[in-house]
Amino acid sequence: MNGAQATQTTGGGDVLLRVRGLKRYFDVSRPLLNRLLEGKPRQILRAVSGIDFDIQRGHTFALVGESGCGKSTVANLVVGLYRPTAGTIEFDGQDLAGLQRRSELAAIRRKMAMIFQDPYASLNPRWRVFNIISEPIRAFGLLKDKQAIIDRTAQLLTQVGLSPEDGQKYPHEFSGGQRQRISIARALASDPRFIVCDEPTSALDVSVQAQILNLMSELQRRLGLSYLFISHDLAVVRHMADRIGVMYLGRLCESAPADTLFENPRHPYTRLLLDTIPDIEMTGRKRVPVAGEIPNPIDPPAGCAFHPRCPRVMDVCRRERPHLRPVADGVMVSCHAVDAPDHSPGTQAAG
Amino acid sequence: MSEPLLHVEHLRIEFNTRRGTLVAVDDVSFDVMPGEVFGVVGESGAGKSLTGQAIIGLLEPPGRIAAGEIRLDGRRIDNLPYGQMRRLRGRQIGMIFQDPLTSLNPLYTVGRQLVETIQTHTSLNHEEARRRAVKLLQDVGIPAADKRIDHYPHQFSGGMRQRVVIALALCANPRLVIADEPTTALDVSIQAQIIILLKQLCEQYDTAVILITHDMGVIAEISDRVAVMYAGRIVEIGGVREVVKKARHPYARGLMGAIPSLHRRVEKLNQIDGSMPRLTEIPSGCAFHPRCPQAFERCRRERPDLVNVGQSQVACWLYGGSS
Repeated sequence: MNGAQATQTTGGGDVLLRVRGLKRYFDVSRPLLNRLLEGKPRQILRAVSGIDFDIQRGHTFALVGESGCGKSTVANLVVGLYRPTAGTIEFDGQDLAGLQRRSELAAIRRKMAMIFQDPYASLNPRWRVFNIISEPIRAFGLLKDKQAIIDRTAQLLTQVGLSPEDGQKYPHEFSGGQRQRISIARALASDPRFIVCDEPTSALDVSVQAQILNLMSELQRRLGLSYLFISHDLAVVRHMADRIGVMYLGRLCESAPADTLFENPRHPYTRLLLDTIPDIEMTGRKRVPVAGEIPNPIDPPAGCAFHPRCPRVMDVCRRERPHLRPVADGVMVSCHAVDAPDHSPGTQAAG
Repeated sequence: MSEPLLHVEHLRIEFNTRRGTLVAVDDVSFDVMPGEVFGVVGESGAGKSLTGQAIIGLLEPPGRIAAGEIRLDGRRIDNLPYGQMRRLRGRQIGMIFQDPLTSLNPLYTVGRQLVETIQTHTSLNHEEARRRAVKLLQDVGIPAADKRIDHYPHQFSGGMRQRVVIALALCANPRLVIADEPTTALDVSIQAQIIILLKQLCEQYDTAVILITHDMGVIAEISDRVAVMYAGRIVEIGGVREVVKKARHPYARGLMGAIPSLHRRVEKLNQIDGSMPRLTEIPSGCAFHPRCPQAFERCRRERPDLVNVGQSQVACWLYGGSS
């Protein structure tokens, strides 16, 4: 395990995962006959329509956004559960789409793992925990010897705070938090470098959530793991992430180091999200709720997708879609208003 | 001090199962004042939803109220016959459930559901009831209410549907609304809209609210007082500021510390080891003692009752219990 030294590197040098122009469209048209009879066009749902990000080795990159913004689709694209419509995903310098041979793919696959949201649905109820956790070891042929597999599984169970004897039980004998520990042990079984976590704690109670988040941070430090962390909970994301991307309707609207994003949110949507979260430190505050809801991704608004809800909307927002571009050190924003002349000098000076 | 609107005393809810009697809610007492927002917070299995269901008379068998009493305006309501309870429900106590889609009938327009509810509880004729329905939809912030009233639930988004459900709960201008996880199924930016709406409407209609949720943020934002439940009992009850900022019970304190903060980043979240006990194996003494970092001998043997500590009441042997 030499992950610790890798985390020291900063800048563009040590990128584990590089995503460029990633798109995924889903065809949600009615059947052909209906379309012909009713004169309806094809309908394409643009779940992810062109996003770029990098994940540094040993770091956590988080994607936040509300339901339907495409964050889980990105997670599934990165681990290869969906094929991209366009764009590239490079892992450790290798383009995933370029890998044709099964053996090459398997070598990459074992370096990635995924933790799912629902610990009740993601563990096979008919398998003993031992078999669930050792499946990746057997599937990738990492260990042949039976005793070695037993020892490794026991080590994995201990690592996530369960006991080796728990391997003989079935998933239903565990609580939600313990099941999520089993999911983590399974994810670690193939000794991966990178774990995609899709809302790993949103099905859990807060006291259990804290246990799981602490466990994940500890494993990251010890094993030098990199995480892609998907969540709708900004407080959880703040706690876990080094860098955060905020998604809205299939695009990134802001991407920044975690502390910068919370101290100085620049995109109006990021501000809206930060302003609206009910927070225990905000007892009795007065505030103005932001009107409007997320538009339908099948028929997104023209120009900037956020313009119908945006408090700083201008004419240009209705016509032209803004592009993600750097506005400060490490901060990327896609908004026409952010670098409008009357605004930027103030924030630059303050920053 | 004025009379409480709702008075719950020594409420005990049991489930008779083949393996014996399970006690899901045990010795829960609290008052709700007219017009106040009373929060009930706890993790899954704490018994908070059952408490709400017991008040409105919707406990699902085999659950039953085994002891205690519930009074609304001084009148006992926990032992009312079915017909009387039905008239009271909706008229005096409204209910908002977590999932707005399951609390609306998909086959009827929202207008028909509203008008039917209004006519059940008031003597308004159809025209008047419809006018009141439009007014209610406007009050809950549905744009073009006079047109939207003829739409079906599936034509509304999640946030809009929850607004319709709130309108339904307020139809007969009840004295008390029980909101069980009203924002849990909604997106964060919509949650805020709904919370603020609920608070505004309750002030406008002078309705008290029992807000049941696992989300401390929601409680902190709109509650006046809050009760923290653990394994079927109230462990701490007090003013919301008092409980959020100065939680005294080790469980309540642990719960507050376990919530990641938006304002500070900490190295390690405060964690409570273990998990909520199952109903079949609630520990002796204080139910929290196996997870409590400060537990001592007495906690394992004797069950603490609520005692006054500052402005709050706490059930913990750390705070006296001289009895």
